[in-house]
Formats: sequence, C-alpha cells, structure tokens
Amino acid sequence: MSAEFYYGVEVFLNGLMAGVMYSLVALGFVLIYKASGIFNYAQGVMALFAAMTLVGIQSGQIPFSHVINAIFGTHVKDFGWTVPALLAILLTVGVMILFAYVVERYILKHLVNQEPIILFMATIGLAYFMEGFADLMWGSEIKKLDIGIPQGGNAWIEESTAFLGGDNFYGFYLDTLDIIAAVVAIVLVASLVLFSQYTKTGRALRAVADDHQAALSVGISLRTIWVIVWSIAGFVALVAGIMWGSKSGVQFSLSLIALKALPVLMLGGFTSIPGAIVGGLIIGVGEKMFEFLIGAPFLGGATENWFAYVLALLFLVFRPQGLFGEKIIERV
Amino acid sequence: MKFTKLAAVAIAGLMAAAPAMAELTFTSLSYRTGPYAAGGIPFADGYADYFTLLNERDGGIGGVKTRLIECETGYSTEKGVECYEATKGEGALVYQPLSTGITYQLIPKVTADDIPLHTMGYGRTSAANGKVFSHVFNYPSNYWYGASIAIKYLLGENGGDLSGKKIALVYHNSSYGKEPIRTLEALAKKHGFKLTTLAVDHPGQEQKSQWLQIRRERPDYVLMWGWGVMNQVAIQEAINIKFPMENFIGIWWSGADHDVAPAGAAANGYKALTFHAVGNDFPIFADMQKYVVDSGKAAGAGDNVGKVLYNRGLYAAFLAAEAVKTAQAATGTADINASQMRDGMEALNITEAKMAAAGMPGFGPEFQVTCANHGGPGSGAVQQYDAASGSWGMISDFMTPDQDVIQPLIDEDSAAYAAENNITPRACN
Repeated sequence: MSAEFYYGVEVFLNGLMAGVMYSLVALGFVLIYKASGIFNYAQGVMALFAAMTLVGIQSGQIPFSHVINAIFGTHVKDFGWTVPALLAILLTVGVMILFAYVVERYILKHLVNQEPIILFMATIGLAYFMEGFADLMWGSEIKKLDIGIPQGGNAWIEESTAFLGGDNFYGFYLDTLDIIAAVVAIVLVASLVLFSQYTKTGRALRAVADDHQAALSVGISLRTIWVIVWSIAGFVALVAGIMWGSKSGVQFSLSLIALKALPVLMLGGFTSIPGAIVGGLIIGVGEKMFEFLIGAPFLGGATENWFAYVLALLFLVFRPQGLFGEKIIERV
Repeated sequence: MKFTKLAAVAIAGLMAAAPAMAELTFTSLSYRTGPYAAGGIPFADGYADYFTLLNERDGGIGGVKTRLIECETGYSTEKGVECYEATKGEGALVYQPLSTGITYQLIPKVTADDIPLHTMGYGRTSAANGKVFSHVFNYPSNYWYGASIAIKYLLGENGGDLSGKKIALVYHNSSYGKEPIRTLEALAKKHGFKLTTLAVDHPGQEQKSQWLQIRRERPDYVLMWGWGVMNQVAIQEAINIKFPMENFIGIWWSGADHDVAPAGAAANGYKALTFHAVGNDFPIFADMQKYVVDSGKAAGAGDNVGKVLYNRGLYAAFLAAEAVKTAQAATGTADINASQMRDGMEALNITEAKMAAAGMPGFGPEFQVTCANHGGPGSGAVQQYDAASGSWGMISDFMTPDQDVIQPLIDEDSAAYAAENNITPRACN
C-alpha cells in the first residue's frame, strides 16, 4: 500500500477523533432537549462558563475581582493559593449544579407550558447573560487550562506504525488528548445510558421526556427533573470545555464550539444520546475525508465547516428526525 | 444675602456661557468585550495611557490637553460604523478602527468628512497610495510588506537562497487572511521556493486537517496569518506535530502574549513579525508608572504595561501625537482640526530623535510620510517568544520590504479602486 493510502487512513482515524469532540458538545444539547423539549442555545456558553470557572477555581482567582477593583479602587486578583485539579473539577460541578438550580428557579419555572420557541428565546437571552456574567466574574483574558491531560501525537502509535507505507510515511498521528476524549465520551455515554435505564431518577427523567403531563400525574416533580437534567448538561459542558479548552486555552471563542454540534444534532437526532455519538463520528469522518480527497486538492481547502452542514442536510432529506431521533407523529 | 445668591447665579451663568477650553479629541474604537477582547484590551489601554501621560506629564500636546472618547465595537463592523457616526461630531482628529472590516466601511466616509484614518498594520493595503487614498494612512507597515519582511528574514536565515525550500502559509479564510497570498506567490516565483496555502475557516478551533497536511508535506517553514482563537490552536497543533517553533512565523496579529499563553513553555521559540519594539525596557515606562499607573489614572489595571499589544497601542498614540505636533508646527495653531491633522499625518517625519525624546528610543523604524506614500517604508522586524521569561524579544533589526515586488501590486490595486469609485488620483508634487 502507498503512503497516500495510509495517510487517508490517518485522516479517517482523526475524523473519528474529531467526531468524538463534536459529540461531547452535542450531548449537552440532547440531554436538555430530550427532557424538556428546549433547544438550549446556551450550551456552548455553558461549556465556556464551566471551563472558566474551573480555571478560576484552580488558579485561586478572586471572582469579580475586576468589578471589586473598579468599585473600591483595590488591586485584588487572586487568593494566593492553587487548588488541585480534581478538587477544582468537583467544585466546578457544584457551581454548575447551582447554575442549574438558578436557571430552573428564575427562568424555566416561569415558562412552564409556554411554546418551545419562547423557551428557545429564553435560552438565547441566557447565553448572552452568561457571556457577560462570565466576563465580569473571571475576566476576558485567555487562560491556560492544565489539569494534567497530555497532548500531542501519541509516540507509541506513531513509532509502531511507521513501517507501513515506505519512507514517505511517518506513522499514524493520533493526538493523545483526542484518544482520552474518546475514552471519556464512551464512559460518559455508558454512564448516562445506565443512569437513565437502571436508576429511579433516570426512569423519571425518561418519563418526563416521553410526556410531561403523564409524568406529573404520577407524582414526578418536573422542576426537580429539570434541575437534574440541567446539572448533567452542565457537567457534560464542563467535560467539553476541558477537552476543547485544553487546545485553545479558555477564552470566549470556546462558546462557538456549539456551531460544531449543530450538524451532529441534525444528523444524529435531537433526542438520542447514541445518536449524538454516531452523528459526531459521521460528521467528523465525512468532513475530514472530504477535505483530504476533494477540498484541499481541488477547492482551495477550508471546506469542513460548510461540508458538515451539507452532509447533515443530505441526511435530513431522507430522515427529518435524524438517524436516531424519534419519529415525528402528529395526530390531527 | 439675596445679592450674593444673584451674583453666584450670574457667575455660574457666565462660566457656562464661556467658550469651552480647547481640547485635542481622539477616539478609541476599542473592543474590550467579546471573543477578541484579550487583544483589544491591551491595545486600548496602551492607546489611552499614552494620551493620559501626555496630559499629566506635559500638559497635553503643544499646551492643549487631549481628550479620548472610547467607543466599544466588540470587533463588530456595524458597531464600529455606529461608533464613528456617534463620535465624529465631537471633533475627532483621527480614527483608528482596529478592524479591516470597519476600515473598508469608513474609507469613503472619512474622505467625505475630511477626517484622517490610520490603519496601522491592517486595513486596505493599497491605501498606501496617497494619490488615491487621500485620507487613509497605513504607515509604518501593512500585510503585503509583512509578507515580504517574513521572506526577507528567511532569506537571511538561509544565506540569501530559498530555492527549493517549501514554505506553507496557514491563513484565516477571510479577506484579511488572503492578503499575503499574491505577494508570497510573486516572491515564490522570484526566489524559487514552493508555496503551499492552507485555509482555516473561522473561528479556527478545529485545524486538524491543515496540520496533518503540514505533517505530511513537511515544509521548511510555516507562516501564519491568523486571528483570534485560530492563533492559539495553530500554535498548539504545531507543537503537537512537533513542528520546530523557530521555523514558525506569524504575522503581527498572531504574535501577542495571549497567543502563546495557552501553550505555555512549549511555545518557546515561536516567532512573529512586528513593526514596533516589544518589552518594557524603555524610559517611557518609568514615566508611565509614575504619572499614570501610580496615580490611578491607567486605563486598565496597569497589568498590561509592556505587553506586545499594549506597546502597539502606545505606538499608535505616539504616532498620532507626533502628527499633531507636525500639524501644530505647520499651522501655528495649537488647537488643530481634523483637516489639519490629515496634513500633519501626510508630513509626518518620525526620526530617532523624536522617539528618544518621547522616551521610546528605537521603538519603531524611522520613516517619512509623503503625499504619494501613506504607507511609509513598510519596515518590520521579527520577535521571538522566550518561555523562560514569559516574554517576547526582538531578534532582528527593522527591515525594509521588497518594493520591486510590492509597489506594482499597490499601484495596480489602488488604480482599480480609483476606477471603481471615479477617483482622479491627486498630483503629488
């Protein structure tokens, strides 16, 4: 086999890895949509907020220090301590649970029985509010996120595959961070499936997802379920924020990762957790292979963003609810 | 008692009716919020702090205090134009829009309003032709010059011969990112190197395809025209594929402190172009500390002083202040207007003596602006990141670009603009 063939395989593998990264973002959307029928526009900003909070806690930064300094003329910046990564993650999860409670208490509670478009608009407002709030709380500097996850090409894979493809082949390149992200995604999806299948809360969650009214009639608290779902979505956002933030640093552009999740959702369906994973893999591989085979050689490159949407639209034509979405049945 | 009150009211009325004190008004179309705030804040701080320093230390420029109006654009073209419309009536002497998108919108407006526009290291490159762009200035450098400086530096690194070398350009897939391509293609033909261009879509968070291609093709050097998150991701991806950092050179918008911060120590050796000095080893920073930071008048928290983009803002303000002095000397008027400011910018002569007098010796290249040449000499230098000190340092002198290649491109593009807009080029004698 020629080096070109193996490079094609390498692109395919990296497409799978990129797909997993997209899926991590898409999962948060699916969880909230499944449980409440809300397309959460703020999911990307939640990833940003969670990552900023993690770095802020870990580095011992004083929240709202810019505001405090502006009002009182002080020069406070940090507490002078650092927090171990694991503890910082746990504390950030706590903040995201508090965030979920606040969202339910001050937004969702007041919008029960409203049209989906109203709830969607509310999440747009929430996204912009959170962006500004995160800016005030943690500042707008780009921060290094370091919780000990290694990055860079995996040397073992590279060396053990270098013999393939002759002198012009340098072995398969796979980023260690992407491999870890894939493992995390598998664990996350398995945990979510087990949680929803075998726990009482999980079953309640599914009941709410199926029918709000019926769930309420058997004594399931809709508000509690919403807090739980938004908390889980907050946790997923934290995981996505960690993985993406490790590459780019924690900065405001992190909220734009939501754009990479939309074609995944269109393809995989808004209501399926496995769909988010499979959709992500198809989008990841599809856009990377298209760029490798057609985009870069013939179209000047940079085809990935639009091709992902073209691919999703193609699937939509034949299956509007997405690959794994629930079939839309409207009775008149 | 009644008389006293009446007298007080009368005095207050007189004071209110008296003419306002003369002020030299500058505007700062800043972006302190949004995805690009990390770069916008230090620039805005440097720009504001320099004018504050002039007021506090020198009593303004030529005895007239400066006033800075800051308007937040969030790097949005629409908001930038709104800022221009909202502030131009305040007597603004010059606009620095800090965005190529805003620049393109403002070019016809400022020309009609007789207000000069300074786009330092960005904007429309062919605006260097002052015969066509009477109110637009892009000294001391622009993107085409930047591309030429990068190649000139690499020629120096390779004994003056780049034939057979492979150079890749990783660029933001926008009109900004595409700016250097024509210049690099012309230079590739002239010097015999192979150029590969790799586009990265906005915002640039996912660049795996581009860096896998670089890993496959193994170019000798990578140049980058990046922006925002694209910079940080590109540097990290280059580190991931073990591309030598010293062979990776970014344009000046890809070489700030926050661009290397996420990668940290692994970014050691990464290079970028610049058209001004970096670091805080200049006399002006002692004055800045004394008159601005310590007195609590700094635009920000004072923690950006000496950073790359802070210095760029400082340098932009310095050039504006020197243009004011030129205009004041030419007109004999301290309180100049925007039209006189334009004339001052067109007659600007930056010498080492002027930079030294401002406490900024060797801070930028020496250059002279003329009626025909609004772009200056196009000088640029190369800076390198040193992870041990966590700072950037200059590793070359200011170099002049290859005018033989670039001037025809400027003439061609500006002539096309003049034809499209029915502009008769000025006669510059």
